[in-house]
Amino acid sequence: MARITLDHLAHAYKTAPRAADDYALKEINHVWNQGGAYALLGPSGCGKTTLLNIISGLVRPTRGRVLFNDLDVTDLPTEARNIAQVFQFPVVYDTMTVRENLAFPLKNRHVPRDRTAQRVEEIARLLDLTRVLDRKASNLTADMKQKISLGRGLVRPDVAAILFDEPLTVIDPHLKWQLRSTLKEIHRTLDITMIYVTHDQTEALTFADKVVVMHDGAVVQTGTPDELFERPAHTFVGHFIGSPGMNILPCRVEGATAFVGNEAIPLQRAYRGLSEGERVELGIRPEFVRLQPKGSGLPVQIRRVDDIGRARVARVEMSGRPLAASVPEGISIDGSEAALALDPRHIHIYANGHLVSGEPIGGTRA
Amino acid sequence: MTKTVNNRAWFFVLPVFALVAFSAVLPLMTVVNYSVQDTFGNNQFFWNGIGWFQELLDPSTELGGRFFDALWRTLLFSAIILMIEVPLGIAVALAMPREGWTVALCLVLMALPLLIPWNVVGTIWQVFARGDIGLLGWTVNQLGIDYNYTNDPIDAWVTIIVMDVWHWTSLVALLCYAGLKSIPDAYYQAARIDGASRWAIFRTIQLPKMRRVLLIAVLLRFMDSFMIYTEPFVITGGGPGNATTFLSIDLVKLALGQFDLGKAAAMSLVYNLIILAICWVFYTVMTNVDAERERVEA
Repeated sequence: MARITLDHLAHAYKTAPRAADDYALKEINHVWNQGGAYALLGPSGCGKTTLLNIISGLVRPTRGRVLFNDLDVTDLPTEARNIAQVFQFPVVYDTMTVRENLAFPLKNRHVPRDRTAQRVEEIARLLDLTRVLDRKASNLTADMKQKISLGRGLVRPDVAAILFDEPLTVIDPHLKWQLRSTLKEIHRTLDITMIYVTHDQTEALTFADKVVVMHDGAVVQTGTPDELFERPAHTFVGHFIGSPGMNILPCRVEGATAFVGNEAIPLQRAYRGLSEGERVELGIRPEFVRLQPKGSGLPVQIRRVDDIGRARVARVEMSGRPLAASVPEGISIDGSEAALALDPRHIHIYANGHLVSGEPIGGTRA
Repeated sequence: MTKTVNNRAWFFVLPVFALVAFSAVLPLMTVVNYSVQDTFGNNQFFWNGIGWFQELLDPSTELGGRFFDALWRTLLFSAIILMIEVPLGIAVALAMPREGWTVALCLVLMALPLLIPWNVVGTIWQVFARGDIGLLGWTVNQLGIDYNYTNDPIDAWVTIIVMDVWHWTSLVALLCYAGLKSIPDAYYQAARIDGASRWAIFRTIQLPKMRRVLLIAVLLRFMDSFMIYTEPFVITGGGPGNATTFLSIDLVKLALGQFDLGKAAAMSLVYNLIILAICWVFYTVMTNVDAERERVEA
């Protein structure tokens, strides 16, 4: 059982990195609590897999330390860490049966034969592999193979954390849900830390209690799915999570009023610390932007309306800026002229991409 | 699924039939024709039935005796070659770098022996191994080891085997290397996480993934070594005595040296059938290992 601490961790694949851009993984400090279900979310090439491989010991970090509880494991090889990893493409040992596959990690660690057999049966039951135990692993379907890879991790009684590197990539869509719920179930049954790398926000948000969003080699926000949705700490998070993503509008802020083009938008908090050179943006999720007939809000031009299943989303233009807005039930709009109502509680102000918290109006006014 | 039967298709494969007939079937039939006849000067032919074959396969006759001697020699040579080149080739492939600029360098160096014409290889080694002026032969003799491949049968064998290993191990190594390269990194990473030893990684990941290329390597090396002619002909000419007279050399002696076309034709047919039969056995055994696996599964 372990709490995994990343202490001033950074990694560069180049030797002798100098500039910040040389680092595939910029400095990160993070604690993964024992028994948590985490997702590591970000686009391809943002350093997720590098981070995962550092935790499992396949990659040695350029700087910083990895701690399991209070033990520094930075220099320990993979096989000496009580960690397991499931890869994007299922890895099974072709020449062995499913049973031999599951027993392999224990055999390598010289666990007594009867103990191994018993453990394999337990894990096979847990993963619903009992039926195929005596079949060769090579001709099974991808989801079965992925379960075997997972099983090889679970079979070791000392494993404290299992790392998943986009494990559902090659799984048929209808089996993805099934396998993911198996994972959730195992997480509930066994007290194991799970870190799940993915670029798919749905996977991340449904699997994890806590999501770590990465962008360009750095962690931009860590939080529950709700927090990521309600208060994105970075415009990237706002944009990456949610579909469609957050509306980000360049603006000018004066006290508690934002100006987008010529339109003034009242804010709930005042922002005074913004300096001249900063890139100031207003962010609001389409869910909190309501389309309404013209004349009663910010005037916009409707470009088109998309039906995304459970709701309708209008693509509009406000002073030449594209925007997405939700279309309430039962509203009818003639022509392309309409207006928007913005929910002021969900407007966020960003300076150079980062969330600015502002101050309550009338609170600390000088 | 229904297939359209269209006899016009035969028309399109006809040129292939004609070509194969011309290049393979006709010459082969000429050989068959010779094998059942005895030839004398002035192109006189006499029907001999299966006489040559009977004599050839009876070790107590002169013809049968030399045939079986050469056959055992050739089989022994192929066996030694396979036992050295296959494990050595695998070892070399495992030792080759997996990435970086050294990969290209290695590949080029490895491919070099394969590009040298066979009789040139023979000539190189013929000179290289000479006791008086050859770098290898001279050095070995200077070390106090009595070595002379023109006199001593063992020395002759060693020379030819070392030469063949030098010439052809690269082929096995390159094939194995291709097999190794096709293994995704995740397999090695998973094996490390599973705590597999170097030997376990070889047994459970690398060897199974190399099986197909190994089958090809074994077949190619068997056929080539079983038919070896040029290099021993250049180096030893089949001697000393008949010590390195392999089947192919014996065949040429019989056909072109003694001009016994009937005997030589019978011998080449049997030779051919032996190669086919052994390849078939190799192939069946090695693919059956696969089939066995599938059956266990079902």
